[in-house]
Amino acid sequence: MTIKRWLGALAGIVFVLSFGTSAQAGATLDKIKQSGQISCGVPTGIAGFAAPDSQGRWAGFDIDICRALSSAIFGVADKVKYVPLTAVQRFTALQSGEVDVLSNNTTDTLQRDTALGLNFAPVVFYDGQGFMVAKKLGVKGAKELNGATICVQPGTTTELNLADYFRANKMEYKPVVIEKIDELYAAFFSGRCDVMTGDASGLAAQRLGRASNPDDYVVLADRISKEPLAPVVRHGDDEWNDVVRWVVYALIEAEEKGVTQKNVDDMLKSEDPNIKRMLGVTPGMGKALGLDEKWAYNEIKLIGNYGEIFDRTLGKDTELKFERGLNDLWTRGGLMYAMPIR
Amino acid sequence: MATEAATGIVPTRRPPPWHNPRIRGVVWQILFLGIVVALFAFLVHNTLVNLRRQNIASGFGFLDREAAFGIGESLIAYSPADTYARAFLVGLLNTLYVSALGIVLATVLGTVMGIARLSSNWLIRKLAQIYVETFRNIPLLLQLFFWWAMLRISAPAPRQAWEPLPGVLVSNRGFVYPVPIADPAHHWMLLALALGIIGAIAVSRWAKRRQARTGTRFPSGWVGAGLIVGMPLLVFLAAGVPLKLDWPELKGFNFVGGSAVSPEFAALLIGLTIYTGSFVAEIVRAGILAVSWGQSEAASALGLRPGQCMRLIVLPQALRVIVPPMTSEYLSLTKNSSLAVAIGYPDLVSIANTTMNQTGQAVEGIAMIMAVYLAISLLISLFMNLYNRAVALVER
Repeated sequence: MTIKRWLGALAGIVFVLSFGTSAQAGATLDKIKQSGQISCGVPTGIAGFAAPDSQGRWAGFDIDICRALSSAIFGVADKVKYVPLTAVQRFTALQSGEVDVLSNNTTDTLQRDTALGLNFAPVVFYDGQGFMVAKKLGVKGAKELNGATICVQPGTTTELNLADYFRANKMEYKPVVIEKIDELYAAFFSGRCDVMTGDASGLAAQRLGRASNPDDYVVLADRISKEPLAPVVRHGDDEWNDVVRWVVYALIEAEEKGVTQKNVDDMLKSEDPNIKRMLGVTPGMGKALGLDEKWAYNEIKLIGNYGEIFDRTLGKDTELKFERGLNDLWTRGGLMYAMPIR
Repeated sequence: MATEAATGIVPTRRPPPWHNPRIRGVVWQILFLGIVVALFAFLVHNTLVNLRRQNIASGFGFLDREAAFGIGESLIAYSPADTYARAFLVGLLNTLYVSALGIVLATVLGTVMGIARLSSNWLIRKLAQIYVETFRNIPLLLQLFFWWAMLRISAPAPRQAWEPLPGVLVSNRGFVYPVPIADPAHHWMLLALALGIIGAIAVSRWAKRRQARTGTRFPSGWVGAGLIVGMPLLVFLAAGVPLKLDWPELKGFNFVGGSAVSPEFAALLIGLTIYTGSFVAEIVRAGILAVSWGQSEAASALGLRPGQCMRLIVLPQALRVIVPPMTSEYLSLTKNSSLAVAIGYPDLVSIANTTMNQTGQAVEGIAMIMAVYLAISLLISLFMNLYNRAVALVER
């Protein structure tokens, strides 16, 4: 009797263990299609990039990238599970399979691309690291910040760039390191730190979103690093990597070719062979990616092209009013350049 | 057959080994051990295979790389050019520092509150009860956030810092105070202090022996205190009063000079002390109630005052009951100090988190954190068990 109980327990353990061995071996897209939704890692709250609105729906630039993925795969924009992740949690969540893609204002660096086992999609936002200070301190440039107390998020390139910049310029600083963005900005706006540092776009967004009086604060003009922000996927799944890459390129290519949310249906009748290939009128691109032929058409119809996403979340239609700057098309002097869809 | 009946020896076959319960037990244990080892080996192998498949770096070589991030406060010198190993050391020292201070303060506060809950004064009793019930039942993280916000919001900006004493400045950057500049005479003062402590212990032992022999009491407490304070003071005066202070002053953004207690450290210490103190109070109360009432009655029959009765009769017996749960509270406080990551104090978990994130080696980082906390906890347990054995009363 006791032996039977032991054997039963043993069988149970072996059965449970057998699930552990079935690790994802390049089958992210299949898993997504089977489960019917994409698991997308997003920031915990940056105005303009990812923030829940008053009804609790997530909206923003990073969110729209996730929704574009969902439109391309499923033809419906909202088959996404949003997982808010702090800077410290995001990479372990992606590496372990908890999320399929990170759309989290993550900077593309060598260390992350190699040692962390990640792959980066094309850059969706070219940014730089800046500093925000209270106007009453009378600071005009980053070189005047010797001895300041600086609030910074851990686990970011921000933290490292800050240390490098101050070392290179032989200046000292005291870091105040807090993981959660809410607590971090509360500390800055209550005066615990003199300076807040981060991606300049994030600083500008939080200044408008969280300060009780935004006009008391200013983002300095200095940019001490390059921060190219891109969506991230795991190593080991080339198929999923390709899908994410070309979904992003389609958004940029659509703006370059003048395809917008409003005219995409008319563009189906276009004679331009590039547009016909992209929108699936000439079949072949979708099949190569493992998606429906109307993948790019669905993206543009439901979400819009890159310029429309930018204007709607960060640009002229919002309070933030970011200039396109480096994020404009290459034909207009910016860095957004899509690879040919053929 | 006739021989068997005559001699009375019945030849028996030896029973098969599996009828022997001891042998059976050993076989099952070996089998079970084998399964546990196989399970463990499988988990480790699976982890390594998956890490390699995704090309995630593994191994402890990252400890020799440059850390490249700054740390807000540390007990030893640290700069972003130092290695990850040194950053870990800074975090470990910060954790140990706040844990040690927290344990001492929580014990003192808890003991006082525990005795207060048994006071004959109604107001003191009720206040102690309110303290215990409030702070025991609110989650520690909320208490930490509360104290940190209070310290941040109630103090002014550095340019309008309060100055209760000359040189002591309170602002939302922390509590800054002047420190003496190092001087060779201070080494002699430390030596004098050590001698003073030894002298105080020697005096108190001699006084106890004399009291046991002759019954006359000696004010060994006062004499001991005099030695501990007086001997360094003598050296100090003899060396010509070398007291040059490093005054903190506001230069630019922050205070330069002097030493500072940051609001994060203060909030963590206050929060941990008050929270753990409420648990310690209940443990102390339980210990005191466990001593039979007859002991206190006998003490007052002998003419001991209530304070003397508590100190000489009740508490020594109560320690038997108090020390084992106290161990748990100390371990709990040490582990709770890891909540520092939420309010920005750079303790071990906070620095390990940053390191894990920058290098991507989550498995090694977590293993190191677990190993460190396990080591600290085992050490605390060891010391407390030794102390327990020392104070254990030998029953008849």
